[in-house]
Amino acid sequence: MSSPRLPGSTGFDGAPTVTLYDEDLPPDNSYAFSPDELEEDEMILNMGPQHPSTHGVLRIELKTDGEIIKDSRPHIGYLHRNFEKHAENIDYQGVIPFTDRMDYVGSMGNSLAYALTVEKLLGITVGERVACIRIITAELQRIASHLLAMGTYGMDIGAFTPFLLCFQQRERVLDLFEWLCGARLLYNYNWVGGVSHDLPDGWTDRCGRFLDEFVPVLDEVDRLLSHNKIFIRRTGDVGIIPPEMARDYALSGPNLRGSGISWDLRRDDPYLGYEDYDFDVITGTGAHGPIGSCWDRYFVRVREMYESVRIVRQALERLPAEGDVRENVPRFIRPSAGEAYCRSEAPRGELGFYIVADQKKPIPYRVKGRSPCFVAMGLFHEITRGEMIADIIAIIGSLDIVLGEIDR
Amino acid sequence: MITRFRQVEMRLMGPLTAIPIVLATVVLVTIAALPFVSAVLSEWIRDAVPAGLQHAVAVTLGTVGFVAVLALNPIYAIWLERKVAAHVQDRLGPMRVGWHGLLQSFADGVKLLFKEDLVPKDADRVLFRLAPMVAIAGAFAAFVVIPWGVRADGAVLAVSNLNIGVLYFIAITSIGALSVLMAGWGSNNKYALYGGMRAAAQMVSYEIPTAILVLVVVAQVGSLSLPEIVAAQAGGFLGISNWLVFQLFPLNLIAFVLFFICGLAETNRTPFDIPEAESELVAGFHTEYSGMRFAFFFLAEYGNMLLISMLAALLFLGGWVGPVGSNPLLLFAKAFGLVVVQMWLRWTLPRLRVDQLMAVCWKYVIPISFFLLVVVAVLKSIL
Amino acid sequence: MTGAGIIERLAARLALGDGAFEADAEAADPWIRLPGERLLEAAKFLKSDPELDFDTLHCLSGVDWPKADPPAIEVVYHLFSLTRKHWIVLKVRVPRSGGRLPTLEGVWKAANWHERETWDLFGVRFEGHSDHRRILLPADWPGHPLLRDWEWPDTWHKIPVKPGRQMHERAETGQMSGVGPFD
Repeated sequence: MSSPRLPGSTGFDGAPTVTLYDEDLPPDNSYAFSPDELEEDEMILNMGPQHPSTHGVLRIELKTDGEIIKDSRPHIGYLHRNFEKHAENIDYQGVIPFTDRMDYVGSMGNSLAYALTVEKLLGITVGERVACIRIITAELQRIASHLLAMGTYGMDIGAFTPFLLCFQQRERVLDLFEWLCGARLLYNYNWVGGVSHDLPDGWTDRCGRFLDEFVPVLDEVDRLLSHNKIFIRRTGDVGIIPPEMARDYALSGPNLRGSGISWDLRRDDPYLGYEDYDFDVITGTGAHGPIGSCWDRYFVRVREMYESVRIVRQALERLPAEGDVRENVPRFIRPSAGEAYCRSEAPRGELGFYIVADQKKPIPYRVKGRSPCFVAMGLFHEITRGEMIADIIAIIGSLDIVLGEIDR
Repeated sequence: MITRFRQVEMRLMGPLTAIPIVLATVVLVTIAALPFVSAVLSEWIRDAVPAGLQHAVAVTLGTVGFVAVLALNPIYAIWLERKVAAHVQDRLGPMRVGWHGLLQSFADGVKLLFKEDLVPKDADRVLFRLAPMVAIAGAFAAFVVIPWGVRADGAVLAVSNLNIGVLYFIAITSIGALSVLMAGWGSNNKYALYGGMRAAAQMVSYEIPTAILVLVVVAQVGSLSLPEIVAAQAGGFLGISNWLVFQLFPLNLIAFVLFFICGLAETNRTPFDIPEAESELVAGFHTEYSGMRFAFFFLAEYGNMLLISMLAALLFLGGWVGPVGSNPLLLFAKAFGLVVVQMWLRWTLPRLRVDQLMAVCWKYVIPISFFLLVVVAVLKSIL
Repeated sequence: MTGAGIIERLAARLALGDGAFEADAEAADPWIRLPGERLLEAAKFLKSDPELDFDTLHCLSGVDWPKADPPAIEVVYHLFSLTRKHWIVLKVRVPRSGGRLPTLEGVWKAANWHERETWDLFGVRFEGHSDHRRILLPADWPGHPLLRDWEWPDTWHKIPVKPGRQMHERAETGQMSGVGPFD
């Protein structure tokens, strides 16, 4: 093979999509593998950044021997905006829309984690009604996010139908959010000390109706996909993350639980009063192959949706009738010098924010987002070694990454 | 707890689905009527054309009609596929161009015709351009031996009524693998190469059980000629009890199912669509193709779908004989029934991995086919 | 174990005198600031000690302090124990240019990408790192952008990359940026 370049464009130099095409672009030095080091029959295959199944603009460099993967290196950063630099230049509330754009299919969880961190920094607590609303939105967001993960995972494996069935239901969650705050994807909903809008009249009824109608559909999609024999054969024995490796790489969320470790922030380090809710922590069982397989991670997500439904139902019941959702929202946020780290159980794992405040300024000195997808992608090269090209797709899908959060 | 290995549960298509399928059947039946037109034409040729030109005129007209059928088939098969997919997935599918989107495929065809014809800079230009032509030639050439029915006077409605039709069929369908390999290599793209290699391996592997299963039929009927195979299945209770699929129960039923699976694999349909596995290889061997060349691969795929379904109908389901006697429409009804099953499977099942695909072939399908062949041969000699 | 207990145990094990480290056990997140050369030793102890059992490196961040004395980049390690459910924050200060730290990849593999990110955005070198390349930014990107005195280049390979100054200027003058609740 000649020197590798982007797939299929071996004759191209430079970056043709850039308007000001630079003739003098230096040689591309972003390759981890060198063609000179390849052994016989080995080949470098560039997967992405434009590829149907990399869940965004992820580029993976594969060293392959036929269909077998010898080694792999993910290359990230194509969506890098450095929101942390932006955050050093805008006020505390202004960072929230930036956090929405991290995990753009689980925005409620992001802004929640950020708001919790700033509240910890300021020492604010929120009222019961706000806590309930936050739990409802966070769990609905988890349902929406897991539906996306489930549907696209089916599509990665080659089954197209579950994708559309899942998206229909996700659409209904987005409709609820749209009614709630006017936005369907990037909500700017969880504010420091409260939420932006109170629940509209009739919202809780419609939410309850959605839950009633959603569960049978979820049952159906589950029957269609999860226990399909081909699906199990494709996912049950690939991408194994043993519990020790999961700990070593600080995995979190469904990826960690898929490895059989029963750890859920909502139960083990509760916030917003999650300790009062009755739900189970789902862990991987190794039902189809070793524990920690792609199927386990996938199935943890599926089962978690049922648990989220339970939590939302309870929260709807105990939602206080009265209460100002903006009661504790501070007019100005000027924390005294200090720092806070707080994390919450976002749909994709433990999303943490580390905020350093300096000299009572209205803008944060430093904001760091600890993204679960970034961490999960860090072990990608370990679990792909020796698998096949088709398994790469299965593994990416089972890690359920969102590039907006990896690249930030 | 949910049972572990539950059978694949297929969604029952909603009642709405019946409308487009009935509609499609009407359209396709119109296509199927072309043989009758040709029969009328042949009378006309005999009466009106000078004796010296009769053969030339007949061949020309036959070819035109034949190609018209094969070119119209994909257009409506694609529309049908989109409708089946849509109703399986709880949506409507194409609705705007024509009634229930009937003209959508024509619009797409026009679009493809006007698209720019791109050849990658470093591609092998000859192979790259040749591959779609070989693909479509392979798919169409196999139709030459497919008999569409018999006239009352015993003449077979086929472009060429070869007495070794089955053998010709097995030989000519191998060209498909060649075209895919040419496309994969000629594109000078690693994804296309992967797709081409996978397709070649898959097609070559699945040709073995296909041939064996055809032999199972040949061993029972004692002829390589397709009209004779069909003739052997005529008559019986309600006109269907003599169909081969019901003979030696359940041996021939297994053979039919296996043959259909091999057909799916040879036409690269889900769950065996790994050569063009969209989520892995972008589009596999036709990654670099656009416009009409891409459409040629599409035409070939749908041609192959119809071809394999027709062959399955001819070999196992009695071809054009059935409850209403001998009628070419019956063959088309059976073939399109099988085509719809192929579509149904595609939108229900996930995709196998390449090694699992090979395992299915070499570990299960081939041994079972051999077993069937031996048992059928032994039974045939005893009975 | 409480923050104070963890700090005490760590200081005792490393035989750190009173002046050799700073710590705050009363903070919301108890932290301890170590000299860089003791980092690896401390990390290994925190991981292996059965009482502490810090099995995950949860987060690794850099913070630039150009106005501190001496100017430094602080690398902050958030450690968490899944079994014991306790936290500790390790802090290490390195010089703003040419700062070097030992890699903790051998202790927690999760450090690999975090350290690459810290190198990419702050310019802190991690000695012994197995794959010491930039991770988020292009390989030939100028400088390390999370340093507070980092200047935007006007162009990168003739591509204009400098953002408008509007947002930054508004923040400097204390105006709301137009996305908050009361704007």
